[in-house]
Amino acid sequence: MADVLRSDVMLAFAVMTAVTVAVRLGGFWLMSYVPVTPRVRRMMDALPGSIIVAAALPVAVNGGPVVMFAILAAIVATIVARNDFIAVIVGMAVAAAARAAGFGG
Amino acid sequence: MKRGGDAAFFIGRSVFADSGLVRAVIGYSEASAAHNLHDLAQLDLIATCPQAFAYAGFVMTSKLTKAPAYWAKDAIWPGIVAIGPMLPGTLAFGMAFGALCAQKQFSLAEVEVMMAFVYGGLSQFVAVQAWPDHLTTSSIATLALLTLTVNIRFGLMSASLRSWFGTLPRRQSYPSMLLVTDGGWLAATRYRDHGGANAWFFVGGGLVLYFVWLVAAIPGYVLAEQLADPKKYGVDLAMPAFYAAMLVPAWKGLRRAIPWGVAGIVALVVHWLVPGWWFIIIGAISGAVSAGLIQPDDTTREPSHG
Repeated sequence: MADVLRSDVMLAFAVMTAVTVAVRLGGFWLMSYVPVTPRVRRMMDALPGSIIVAAALPVAVNGGPVVMFAILAAIVATIVARNDFIAVIVGMAVAAAARAAGFGG
Repeated sequence: MKRGGDAAFFIGRSVFADSGLVRAVIGYSEASAAHNLHDLAQLDLIATCPQAFAYAGFVMTSKLTKAPAYWAKDAIWPGIVAIGPMLPGTLAFGMAFGALCAQKQFSLAEVEVMMAFVYGGLSQFVAVQAWPDHLTTSSIATLALLTLTVNIRFGLMSASLRSWFGTLPRRQSYPSMLLVTDGGWLAATRYRDHGGANAWFFVGGGLVLYFVWLVAAIPGYVLAEQLADPKKYGVDLAMPAFYAAMLVPAWKGLRRAIPWGVAGIVALVVHWLVPGWWFIIIGAISGAVSAGLIQPDDTTREPSHG
């Protein structure tokens, strides 16, 4: 990295920025032409869960057993303790312990 | 463009096929190992997405009459508080990204330019992993396509904000959309679903997330060489465990979760069949469309006007 800001890198960043800005503004702009019927309303309401599941599930399915088990432990901890912080500690501890015990992943 | 040497270029299936969710944060010390770089990319999914589970349950029950947007400073702090739980994950992810960039020989100034302008965590990870040795027109086009497939979900998010921000003057609404991220949008969507209309809630939280993201890469970049093996301490589980925890109170019964199931199944199939990151947007749209096709039950019935 001889240069602090390489011009070809800046060009690539500019293109990526343009794409991302276009997407962020474009969705908002396009929606001004979509009548919000009850059906469209339901679709919009279902977006958060749908985006998250679609993004995360393929990763989780390919995750190792240690991660799956640790997440399960965190969920159980939440149900029992009703506390996000405790759930995080449990998840981390389970993963650390499993790895210390020689389980990969 | 270097291909064979950098398996990370084949982002889609291969990223997830050979490395687990678990390995997310880890492996800075083995910069050259492609699979470690894969791992880093997964952190964003972990760090920025699953919190949606926590909000989805609330979001699906909208019945309140939605007021038009307005600006009043009293929503700034609640907006910041709402994104508070996402800050540790944002920091961790930004640090991991900074470390990755250090390995990839970017200068810190370049990293900060990318953080500030591209401002899409997962897309930045994916692009830096796939970064070619020599930038050409075609390799830049490839990076652009990659960015599009990863970030196109932001378009869905800003579209859903139309019913709220659409009543504001364009000079206010469009700049606000530049702050759309997974976490900020989710928090704002929940607020809106409870009848909120103050635009500062979204913008205040969004600005804080933005500045935390800007700063986060610096310690990661500086410490890249020193970071040993955080995985040993389960650090990579911090975010997934947090989101799993938020998932529990979000569960509102099977019927409300049908679109999630559709989104998940479609995403898995697309992930299986199609290289790249299309599974996110195709799965998300499938879930939303299925919600539109399902007849609302009694608890979700809309006021009838057609």
